[in-house]
Amino acid sequence: MEFLYFPGCTLYTKAKNLDEAGRECAKALGFELKELSNWTCCGAAFPLAKDNIMALAPPARILAKAKEEGSTLTTLCSVCFNVIKRTNRLIQEDEEKREKINTFIEMDYQGDVRVLHYLEILKREVGFESIRGAVKRDLQGLKVAPFYGCMLLRPAEEMEFDDKEAPTIFEEFLESIACEPVDFPYKIECCGAFQSVGAPEVATECAYAILISALRNGAEAVTTTCPLCQFNLDSKQKEIRERHNDFPGIPIIYFTQLLGLALGLPVEKLEFHRNDVDPRPLLEKKGLL
Amino acid sequence: MKIEISRGKVHNEFSQKVEEISGQNLFACYQCGNCTAGCPVSFAMDLGPHQVIRYSLLGLEKEVLECNTFWMCASCLQCTSRCPKGLDIARIMEAIRLVILRKKERLDHLEVAELSEEFLERVPQIALISGFRKFTS
Amino acid sequence: MGKVGVVMCPCELEGMTLFDPEVLVEGLKGRKDVLPLIHHQPVCSESGVEAIRAFMEGNGLDRVVMACSKPELFGPTFKKALRQWGLNPSLSGVLGIRPTAERKGSDDLQEALHVIEEGIDEIKRRKPAKGEKTPFVKRAMVIGGGITGITASIDLGNGGYEVLLVDRLPSIGGRMLQLSETFPTLDCAQCTLTPKTVETGQHPHIRLITYAEIESVSGEVGNFLVKIRRKAAYVDWEKCTGCGLCQEKCPSKVPSEFERGIGPGKAIYTLSPQAVPNKPVINPEVCRYFTEGKCRVCEKVCLTDAIDYAQEDTFIEERVGAIIVATGFDLYRKEDIGEYGYGDVPDVIDGLAFERLNSASGPTAGEIRRPSDGHIPKEVVFIQCVASRDPERYMPYCSRACCMYTAKHARLYKHKVHDGHAYIFYMDIRSMGKGYEEFIQQGMEEGILYLRGRVSRLFRDNGHVVVWGADTLTGKKVEIAADMVVLATAMIPSRGAKELAEKLHIGTDEYGFLTEAQCKLYPVESGVEGIYLAGCAQGPKDIADTVAQGNAAASKVQALFAQH
Repeated sequence: MEFLYFPGCTLYTKAKNLDEAGRECAKALGFELKELSNWTCCGAAFPLAKDNIMALAPPARILAKAKEEGSTLTTLCSVCFNVIKRTNRLIQEDEEKREKINTFIEMDYQGDVRVLHYLEILKREVGFESIRGAVKRDLQGLKVAPFYGCMLLRPAEEMEFDDKEAPTIFEEFLESIACEPVDFPYKIECCGAFQSVGAPEVATECAYAILISALRNGAEAVTTTCPLCQFNLDSKQKEIRERHNDFPGIPIIYFTQLLGLALGLPVEKLEFHRNDVDPRPLLEKKGLL
Repeated sequence: MKIEISRGKVHNEFSQKVEEISGQNLFACYQCGNCTAGCPVSFAMDLGPHQVIRYSLLGLEKEVLECNTFWMCASCLQCTSRCPKGLDIARIMEAIRLVILRKKERLDHLEVAELSEEFLERVPQIALISGFRKFTS
Repeated sequence: MGKVGVVMCPCELEGMTLFDPEVLVEGLKGRKDVLPLIHHQPVCSESGVEAIRAFMEGNGLDRVVMACSKPELFGPTFKKALRQWGLNPSLSGVLGIRPTAERKGSDDLQEALHVIEEGIDEIKRRKPAKGEKTPFVKRAMVIGGGITGITASIDLGNGGYEVLLVDRLPSIGGRMLQLSETFPTLDCAQCTLTPKTVETGQHPHIRLITYAEIESVSGEVGNFLVKIRRKAAYVDWEKCTGCGLCQEKCPSKVPSEFERGIGPGKAIYTLSPQAVPNKPVINPEVCRYFTEGKCRVCEKVCLTDAIDYAQEDTFIEERVGAIIVATGFDLYRKEDIGEYGYGDVPDVIDGLAFERLNSASGPTAGEIRRPSDGHIPKEVVFIQCVASRDPERYMPYCSRACCMYTAKHARLYKHKVHDGHAYIFYMDIRSMGKGYEEFIQQGMEEGILYLRGRVSRLFRDNGHVVVWGADTLTGKKVEIAADMVVLATAMIPSRGAKELAEKLHIGTDEYGFLTEAQCKLYPVESGVEGIYLAGCAQGPKDIADTVAQGNAAASKVQALFAQH
């Protein structure tokens, strides 16, 4: 099994822990992630203005290149996934925009690359049953709250990812690696997204509401698929504590790090030192290191 | 507290521009407030998204452009996904941002120079890029 | 065989120009077996009718096809006219040739000609009834034993006509049997309904066929042949005295559909202690004997040996002259509403469940106790327009009764829980009946807090049902940590209504509501002569309106019968 892999900018730098673990897990599970050559930034936001064709050019170019190199393109980052998948759909359905975009990028792309998130690869291509069979380290008893955020789920009719109000793929994944998924109502809410730049205190409040809900429902850690969610939930805990002195803190762990842990990968490859709230004390307490 | 309404004011150039950029029909909104009810950042907004739609429809350009609602919008699409009238409210918010950002004089909502070095050190590209895409021209 | 007459209506209904009759006739010119009539008055006009009569008589025609824009409207009148002229209506066809997308497009014209030609061929194939005309059966069938069907049946019975009242459930009473009190008078629903159900059960002209469904229908007005499936009750109703011992002793406690899942029922059950007929049935899906092969407690305790586990479905055939369809409504399932937790959030119930909660005969004997832990809820949120008025995701229409019954719920709650608070989320208040607006205003004055806005999401957190709504009058998002939430979910046609409509060859709209011949002037007529509609099967409405329709349908049937 081979899939084209689009890492995206952040995974090369700030989210190396998401990227590295994802690549290592692929090896352990026996599928290949072939990095797309000469990739560029996806634009990090799907343009919502009907007349903004320009912003569709970068993701369209990524897709057109993917078509030259393979048939299925996967990402780890939810934002990239959202931008690329929505662009792909638009190219499939809107003939006029497709022509404009193709003229702009000087390529001929018809929207026929399959765009899957890494979680979907795990579910549909690898199969959670196989993952269960490949587990080497027992995470039993680790209570993890899966945070979906917005980008995987919405708009549901375009993302075709999971039920937008009560998704379950993340829980199924956690169960396959023997974690105990913690259901919490804020799992489909917004982390504050780019407001961490525009209105940081607003993003902090969003993160607080999410984390306190996860804690209240018994989570020991929260897991994410997205470097932007990770930043808002993990890196901003200092700010949360400044505003809410009842907030005890909670580790935020990328789903690939948990997967790597379960697959028995060497801990140093999982780069836990990059997580702002160090998850290692929790993992140690659980006897997982 | 008083507004005067007339043919020329209702659905004026401003509201038409919002409709054109967003591709949404402001008249379709029946003001149920579902967008405001489900919005994760409405706590920080001056006006609820439904009010912004109402004000825009009435042609109250100044009031709309002075409120912070569309700057606060995080494009999470919760409103869009639950709108009973099928309006893409996130697109309406984007359209209002663009009405300002596309003006001749530069009216960026975010200045790089104002971000601290410590913050720039910490923040992932993805936040910066999407932030600048939303807040600058 | 003589020629088939073809009548083209030139009418311009609703501003839509139909096909030019001359062009249609031109299209049929190759056929030697037809005789066309071109008349320049709409066929429904006095001169139009007269022209058809003269055409038929003058040419000695007995077979005729009429092509018009709204067959469901004019069809019944046309067939009636034929009968008056001494012609056999079964040798006539009324065809719809309304242009579809593009007016007078050539495809449309071909399609219309095709419809007409097929109609002609069909009429040519028909055989005239031999000898005497089939007798007109002055006996009616009412399908659905709710308050609408009951009303219509009593009217017809009192008019001296024999009525067969068919219901899917073991006893009659329908949705109203589940209600606690009714607006705007707050009368006890059962106290109002029971005299009617008893009267129906004892009426010399009404025969109840309950626990039964319509299998097939054939024939036409005056002579419908209806095949009815009587479901196996596993109880011999001839022997059963309705003592209730079996129900009392039955060991399987299961969530009851009648109690909307908030109270237990038994595997052998009647719908209420005042059920008419007061005979139980066994639900084999939950009965221990049927599922596990042992138990037979009901058989052991039955004093009259009425339990019969081997009973099978039986079939009955009946001839009737007219049919009233009053199959009622269901509520949109809360299990299908994602943003309200797909039915998984405890203490979120629908309006009918609240009726049961508030009923003296309900699972809490009328005390308002929330289902999860039996506590008396102190913060109760009522939400209107749930899955109604929502063209994007659910039902686009207004369900009509919810504004009123929600106000009623909130008021009844306040009357019982004095220190509790009731909140109602609404979009508009529609209170158009007599005494309705006054009822709403009194509720407000009694302290119900009306919040104008929808609720975007419900979820369980911290032991509460968290409600995220809006109050658009202040413009703010509203969060309430509620103890219980009541959803006024959309009224939808009852399960199976569409399939039944197909058996009856009557129309349904895109949601499955039965369509009337015309919404203003023919509100209880279906498109088929002799079949009438009433109640919520035709569209959402409250009891007062549904009863009026039941009366109307019955009076139509009596007028029909009186003509023969």
